[in-house]
Parts: sequence; structure tokens; C-alpha cells
Amino acid sequence: MTAATVPEAEQALHDCRDAYAATLIELAVADPRVVVLVNDSTGSSKLGEFKKQFPDRLIDVGIAEQDMVGVAAGLANGGKVPFVSAASCFLTARALEQIKVDAAYSNNNIKLCGMSPGMAYGQLGPTHHSIEDVAWLRVIPNITVIVPADPAETAQALRWAADHTGPVFVRVSRTPVPDVNLPGYTFAAGRAVILREGSDVTIIANGTVVVRALEAAGVLALTGISARVLSMPTVKPIDTEAIIAAARETGSIVTVEEGLTAGGLGGVVAETLARNYPVPMRFVGVPDTFAPTGSVSWLLDHFGISATGIATAVRDVLVH
Amino acid sequence: MLGRIGVEAGRDAVIAHLREAARLIRRRDIVMVNGAGLGHIGGEFSIIDVLATLYLHVMNVSPDAVDNPERDRLILSKGHAAGALYTTLAAAGFIPPAQLATFMQPLSMLNGHPDRKKIAAVEANTGPLGHGLPIGVGTAIAGMLDGSPRRTFVLLGDGELQEGSNWEAMMTASQYHLANLTAIVDRNRLQQGARVADTNDLEPLADKLRAFGWEVVEVDGHDHGALVGAFGAVPAASGKPTFIIAHTIKGHPISFMSDNVAWHHKVPSAEQVATALAELKTS
Repeated sequence: MTAATVPEAEQALHDCRDAYAATLIELAVADPRVVVLVNDSTGSSKLGEFKKQFPDRLIDVGIAEQDMVGVAAGLANGGKVPFVSAASCFLTARALEQIKVDAAYSNNNIKLCGMSPGMAYGQLGPTHHSIEDVAWLRVIPNITVIVPADPAETAQALRWAADHTGPVFVRVSRTPVPDVNLPGYTFAAGRAVILREGSDVTIIANGTVVVRALEAAGVLALTGISARVLSMPTVKPIDTEAIIAAARETGSIVTVEEGLTAGGLGGVVAETLARNYPVPMRFVGVPDTFAPTGSVSWLLDHFGISATGIATAVRDVLVH
Repeated sequence: MLGRIGVEAGRDAVIAHLREAARLIRRRDIVMVNGAGLGHIGGEFSIIDVLATLYLHVMNVSPDAVDNPERDRLILSKGHAAGALYTTLAAAGFIPPAQLATFMQPLSMLNGHPDRKKIAAVEANTGPLGHGLPIGVGTAIAGMLDGSPRRTFVLLGDGELQEGSNWEAMMTASQYHLANLTAIVDRNRLQQGARVADTNDLEPLADKLRAFGWEVVEVDGHDHGALVGAFGAVPAASGKPTFIIAHTIKGHPISFMSDNVAWHHKVPSAEQVATALAELKTS
């Protein structure tokens, strides 16, 4: 039985920040080099317990994002493994040059954790939405970009980031999501995972909206359309082979993401197909506009990032 | 090869060594910039005395142990003065002097701005202004967490202090009582296009820095004895980080360059190089 066929009411929903906070404590226990940087974001990152256990290893620079990422570079120079924990909208926009120069170009061992990304801060409006972060960061050379879908994937992405030497960006969601990966799932950077087999079309999704892609596949199955759901937690480096296989085996692709389709997951999949195996494609996500205000679930539905909207995009790509 | 000189040599010998080293570093730098056809000679000549004092005397660094975690750190926040850093690193034995001829050439390790991935002795990739002090705060916090006596020095331009990230970092340094952190501002009063005072004035600078929780020391940035004395006073007994305002002259001591805004990134002609070398005949 796939997640898509489980009635929503029966699915336990999780805030990925809980897995995030627990994993950082686990990493800090195991490795004295691990430190955390926040911009008055201890509470919003759920790091109160981390601070209690490691008061010296949680460094709060206050509301100063450029300083925060620069300090992370200095801590890395001093042999530490800094996890920068800040709202993704401020971390990626305010400190973009520090991310480019101090993290990526300098090849510093910094882990950038973009909290509450996408439209998680729905009602607070476009100033607090972070729909651009994936597109911005994935075009910077020498940085790994990960968008986990559930608590297990979030925890494993963080463990991978801690083991990996070099700059990594991980989105950490607050929007409640069910477990979409099977028990025993193992995250590997740059590797996509088929969550549901299908032969007519492939839906490629990541982050909080993988569950919606699975729901869409369930809806489509009722009308005889067999949709593969390919989870793509790593946006960079992209799993080129999995995308080519999906194009070859199912003939068309629909991407689904909580963010701008231009330059984001949709953008990288389109580039990959254009270079290797062009097939018809549709993009589900935020088009070239600032989102209105509303709850995150309302906003996702508003932009058609829903079972119905994704199914409509699939039918459209199959017709053309 | 000039190399390092320790306190055991005595104050007069240290000062004579640093003065002579700075003279030779300036000679190499102007020849290098002329050869490359690119560079920032004015702002390089204003910091060479500070860099020579740090690398050849003050800092605990060694070409034989560039990865020693207990080394002192120098972060050149005004990364456009890379030529001064490279020629000083060559004088201190971190870069083979023959490498200087490759400055700015394709694929050279000596980029227009320093790259830590290419030169082991470079601590941070700088160039965009306002990056060095936050990084220095990070290296200083790392040292504090390790209970280490190692020190961090960050060298900034004065125009650079117009970047707000510096003031964010100053507050963090004060909050964390980073006595192991020393910032030096190259107070030559000129930025790329004009006088700092005519652009976005910093004064009263010392008062501002004190208000941000730092010890402030003002010195003649070309007086090696004064620089040795200022660096000898850190870490401050107060437990505060130290800001050294090094009063300098852009293009110092060359007659036609000194305090002339045109020499921010002007490249000297062969004739001008000859004049400058003649002026740098003795220290």
C-alpha cells in the first residue's frame, strides 16, 4: 500500500524541525566540532534543548545574517562544523554574497539550514516566503542543495551533511508532513527515489509536496493513468540518470515543488531533459509572481500544488 | 629571503629588520604590479608596514606549519590589496618569490584577490568588502571554544567600514568578549573614487568603535616601533577586542603616489617604476 492510498486522516503528520533538532543534538554528542549559529532563531529552529545541553556551542549573533554566515566561515577555519540555523528567507537573501564567497567559493565546511522555507510563513506574506532559495543556491558552484520530504529524510540529510566536507544547504520544513519514505529508507546525496511505480508519466517532486504528488498519482490511477512518483531530495547535484530513465520509460514529466518553478526543481529537470532526452513537460509550483497571503495549505492549493492541480497538469502533458 | 625576527633580537634590531623588509616588499610589489598591468598599488603601499610587522614579527605563524591549528590568523579583508599580501608572504617564506611573476596571469595561484584554495597561508577568500571581520569573529570564537591563546588579526580598509556587516561583527565581538581578536583599519582616508570624508564620512571613528565595545588604539601605520607596541598590548587587559586605527598614507612613501586618489588602481609606467625604485633605494 502506498502513502497515496492511505486516507489523510490516518496519517500522522510531523514538523521536520523536531527531527532536525534531535539530529543536531545527536551530531553534537558524537562530534565536539559541531556548533550551531542562530540569528535569534533558537525558538523558531526548536533548538531550546540543544542550547540547554550545549550552551557554549549555540552561538547567537542576533539579527545579523551577513555576520552569521561570515562567522560560520571563521568557525570552519577554526576546525568547527557550523550548522547555520535561520529562516530560509533571511538566510539565503540577506547573506547571499556570504553564501557565494565565504561558503561556496571558499569551499568552507558550512551547513546552511534554511528553516521554514517555501511558503511556510504563509500569512506573513512574500517578505517571509522563501520561494527563491532553491533557485538562487543551486546556480552557485560548489554547494549541495537538499530539499527533504519528511522527518527521516531530514535527519539523514543532516547526518550526510555532517559527514561531508564542504558547503551544504538543507531546507528544513515546519509545514506538517506525513512519512512519505518507506521504513528503512536510506538517503544518498544526488540520488532520486521512486516512491510509486508508473508507466504513463513521471511526477518528480521534493520537500513538503511529495505527499501531494503521491495523492495525485492515487487520483490518476482511478482514471487509468499510471503515474510514477520520483522523489528528488537533492536538487544539486541532480540525479541525471533517474531523470533520463523516467523520460525514456514514461515519456513525459511533471515537476512539483514548493517554490518558484523558474530555476528551481522544474528548471533543473528541464535543463537535464533538454541536454539529454527532451520529452513533454509541465511545471507545478509558484509561477513568476509573489504569492498572496494565506495559510500554506491554501497557498499550495491556490497555485495548483495539490492532488487536483497536479493531476490536471499530468492530463495536460499527456494530451499534448 | 627576509624571514621572521623574534623579540630576542632586541627592539632596535626588530625595527630595523621590519623597515628593511617593508622596503624590499614595496620594491617587489611595484615591479609585480607593473608586470601584471593590474593591481591596487596605492592601498597596498599603505598596509605593507602593518603586514610586515604581523607576518615577520608579531604573529605565531610558520611556513613549515601552515596547517597548525594553533597558528595565529591574519584575514586581509581589503582583498584588493592582494599584491601586498603576496609580496609579504613571499618575504616571510610562505610563497616562493619566483611565483610573484605570475601575479594575475591565467591560472596563477596569485589571483587579483586571495584564494585560500590556492595558497595555504591565505585564511579567507576576500574581495567583496565587509566579509573579513565576521570571519575573524568566527576564528576568534573557535579559539575561545578551544581555550586556545591563538589570536586573530583582521586588516580592513577605511572605506570598507561603510559596509554594515562590519558593524554587525563588531557587536558580536563585543558580546562574546573576543579579546583574542584585533582589527586594524588602514586609515588612509581615501577610497576608490574620492576621500572617505567626502563620500560617507566615518568620523568620529574612534568614538564609534569605543561605543561598539572595543578598545581603540591609534598609531602611525608606517612606524614599525609604534605598530610593534600596539600589537604588544593585545589581548587587552579589559577583555575587549582591540581596534587599531593605523593612520597611513595611500601610496606611501612614493612622492607621486602619496595621498593621491588616482593611485587606487592605477598601474605605474616603466618610468614611474624607475622613479619609485630610486625612492625605495634605502629605508
